Amino acid sequence: MFETLSDRLTQVFSSLRGRGRLSPADVEATCREIRIALLEADVALPVVRQFIARVRERALGADVMQALNPAQQVIKIVNEELIEILGGEARRLRFAKVPPTVIMLAGLQGSGKTTLAAKLALWLRGQGNTPMLVAADLQRPNAVQQLQVLGERAGVPVFAPQPGSGVGDPIQVARDSLDEARHKLHNVVIIDTAGRLGVDAEMMNQAAAIRDVVDPDEILFVVDSMIGQDAVTTAQAFLDGVGFDGVVLTKLDGDARGGAALSVAQVTGRPIMFASAGEKLEDFDLFHPDRMASRILDLGDILTLIEQAERTFDQQQATEMAGKLASGEGFTLEDFVEQLAMVRKLGPIGNLLGMLPGAAQNREMLSQVSDKDLDRAAAIVNSMTVQERRNPKILNGSRRLRIANGAGVTVGEVNSLVIRFLEGQKMMRQMMGGGIPGMPGMPGMPGMRRGQKAKGKKKGKGGGRPGGAKRPGGVPAGKPGALGPGGGAGAFDGLGLGGQGLSGPGLGMPGLGRPGLGAPGLGGPDGPAGPDGRGGSGLAGLGGSGGSGLGLPPGLQRSGPDSAGGTAGFGGPGSDVGPRQRDDDDGGDDGDGRQLPPGLRGSSGRRGRGKKGR
Amino acid sequence: METLLIILGIVLVAVIAGGGALLAPRARRRGKAARTGQVHGQGGTATAAPPSTRTPETAAAPTAEVSAPPPVTEAPAAPTPAVEKPPPSAGRMVRLRSRLARSQSAFGSALLSLLSSGKLDDETWDEIEEILITADMGAAPAAHLVERLRTEVKVAGTSDLTEVRALLRADLLEQVGADFDRTLHTAPHGDRPAVLLVVGVNGTGKTTTCGKLARVLIGDGHSVLLGAADTFRAAAADQLETWANRVGATVVRADREGADPASVAFEAVSAGTVRGVDSVIVDTAGRLHTKTGLMDELGKIKRVIEKHATVDEVLLVLDATTGQNGLRQARVFAEVVDITGIVLTKLDGTAKGGIVIAVQRELGVPVKLVGLGEGPDDLAPFEPEAFVDALVG
Repeated sequence: MFETLSDRLTQVFSSLRGRGRLSPADVEATCREIRIALLEADVALPVVRQFIARVRERALGADVMQALNPAQQVIKIVNEELIEILGGEARRLRFAKVPPTVIMLAGLQGSGKTTLAAKLALWLRGQGNTPMLVAADLQRPNAVQQLQVLGERAGVPVFAPQPGSGVGDPIQVARDSLDEARHKLHNVVIIDTAGRLGVDAEMMNQAAAIRDVVDPDEILFVVDSMIGQDAVTTAQAFLDGVGFDGVVLTKLDGDARGGAALSVAQVTGRPIMFASAGEKLEDFDLFHPDRMASRILDLGDILTLIEQAERTFDQQQATEMAGKLASGEGFTLEDFVEQLAMVRKLGPIGNLLGMLPGAAQNREMLSQVSDKDLDRAAAIVNSMTVQERRNPKILNGSRRLRIANGAGVTVGEVNSLVIRFLEGQKMMRQMMGGGIPGMPGMPGMPGMRRGQKAKGKKKGKGGGRPGGAKRPGGVPAGKPGALGPGGGAGAFDGLGLGGQGLSGPGLGMPGLGRPGLGAPGLGGPDGPAGPDGRGGSGLAGLGGSGGSGLGLPPGLQRSGPDSAGGTAGFGGPGSDVGPRQRDDDDGGDDGDGRQLPPGLRGSSGRRGRGKKGR
Repeated sequence: METLLIILGIVLVAVIAGGGALLAPRARRRGKAARTGQVHGQGGTATAAPPSTRTPETAAAPTAEVSAPPPVTEAPAAPTPAVEKPPPSAGRMVRLRSRLARSQSAFGSALLSLLSSGKLDDETWDEIEEILITADMGAAPAAHLVERLRTEVKVAGTSDLTEVRALLRADLLEQVGADFDRTLHTAPHGDRPAVLLVVGVNGTGKTTTCGKLARVLIGDGHSVLLGAADTFRAAAADQLETWANRVGATVVRADREGADPASVAFEAVSAGTVRGVDSVIVDTAGRLHTKTGLMDELGKIKRVIEKHATVDEVLLVLDATTGQNGLRQARVFAEVVDITGIVLTKLDGTAKGGIVIAVQRELGVPVKLVGLGEGPDDLAPFEPEAFVDALVG
């Protein structure tokens, strides 16, 4: 599992925390990390170089050198630069003064042109246009047929005079299509061309010939978001060969980081106009530079997660699920399985957790949770009787054995699932009791070290929720663009320095560099938490500067009974953590480094220390 | 509010269910180890089994390759005869070589000019690293490789360019893995056909690869049946049928769109058994590895086929233009269907496909075939030596 930019920068900066200022050498180190992060996101090398040069220039400026927490500043700069390049001059489709408007699609094989043509047609139709699709891909076997089927689904007529599969002249088809469109009064013509390689001169000439014949108002370059370093070469080849006015990114529903977007935008200077994310014809939207920036930087992407959830579930399902969660008491194992199935539908659990802000830091831990575990849990619950599911307390030894046999697991696994469930239930209850803003500490898991770790996470996210709840109010600026930087920086905050914890990213919580935004840093109130005290106090200061979006009211932060260190403190199991804290610096670092809501820090703090604290 | 609860729900589920992972990681790891062991075992038996048709060619190709300047020696074998009877796959390495030379020329020549500039300073090393990165090898592996090369050069105490290049070549070759078993198991087992399952994300060229593969096998004298289990994409089955008609293979397809792909696959394999064909190639719909439902569906396809026959090869089709995401794709596909080989397509472009190096190393799954263009015969066995030779120019 590769590290994210935030991880890397946290590492770089943690060593300089004591000094408070950045030297040029530090900036160099930072730039190296940014370089690697971008390369891992598939941003092309030449683009990375230019990008780094600009970031370096800005980073050497006074604002960063003197900033209280330079890491935030650097991330902010990177994010801003990214958005600037990606955003370019955003513009809409140009329509011809005299219809038909001609849109031509070009791209490599398999980048998704044919599907995109149909999506675009549907989208245009939704806006009151009368588009027509033109099957000018006569190369690939049955591409014409594919377009016809898709056109039918989209309810858009398809002009396909030639059978395709290697037969026919695409240039002729394109020429004829214009007459057809005028004749049938279509105001937009979308020409789907064959996929071609940048080095294939013959095919490039053909594309140019099609262009010359139809004189398109827009040529869209369709590019797969999974493409790697070749993006630059290909984009350049198409720009030289056919020329294009806009870029469309496809297959964004995968988990590719999409550095290609940056490469193409930077190298060609053409704006990215649309993003296509999904196999359904409706999965097509305008491009959001801010989200893409967060994605490239892997900063957690709550907005996408929410959208994904909205796409997957209908309103009723969502309300039901929410209701059950909120009822606390009524949350039974049956509901749990149901919910598990819903979560499963959203995608691999690792991805989902990865989208949660602050997840980056716990990557290692998160990567241990796989869909298989979810399935196993479902199997265990499914092996219970209805009665048992509604009331797990009746589970005795023999019932457990039966369940274990039924699910093909050990009794121990059944036990731990039940225990975790009960804890979760209790947590829900407490949370609902405590109201939205506060997420009370959760009692530790009896006698289970790993269990505590898990608990920690749960609590952490729970803590994040209140922050999220403020979302409506948290976006006062109201401009969507603002979310990006805030989110980006926020995520880093959570990981690095500030007190934003989970609340920041994507939710438009107090942005960067708004010092003193109230509320005690998360860890503040828990300063005295035993061995972690040093870290705690160190943090309180920094937390303030970062603006603690989350700021759990101190009163609500109850320590769990069995975690000596105080749950909200730096490591749930304080006793476990304390002794390993060798020096002040380290403790402090870790303290602010893990400015995540209580529990999360508990676990990750420990892990971090294991790694860093030597 | 609801959405936030949903997020909370996700976490809750992860914690309650996933806690098991944290509790019993050792047990799981053991399970995994056992599984990989098993895979190796399979590979072993399969190699021991009667040599598949492909073995002689792959064995022959490299020798022809190393000894002679490519375009001249085997040129006579290259011309394509009539459509109905495709040429045997021998001699395709020549084309691979010339294509690779084209696609990798920038890479090779850049290295050449770097190394011939005479001095090995930090800048040169950086540039070598950057060249490797540009080939999609990934930042970390590239840095690692260069670091190693530096040490080797230091140890050897040489600044002789030919030696440095030889070292680089050896290192790359080791990365590419010259010792993988890259034979394609296409020989039938008694009365049951060999089954090849072709998987991958959208738009990598699965259907095209199926078509080309059928052609290769028919050219080598096999009888082939194609199963159109891509019931999702519009006209995918038609596309496969067009390919099949060109080479005279039979196609088993669903009678309607959106049919259960597993049942189509099952039908194809049963039909193959009944008709006594040598190999059945099952084409599946492209699916992003992040779509759990679709990945489950893929798992089902494989399980259902296995009720009836052995799946001899699960070929993951990877697009050479794919960047670092390729590794994630391969990981997920490997987990779901235990891929046994990789087909690297679209290598005729400017993309270098360096990601396969990482994929091979992490998953231990060899690249078996490469796709070199849209022509019906543009599929060749992967040859590490040629690949690397083209890289170092």
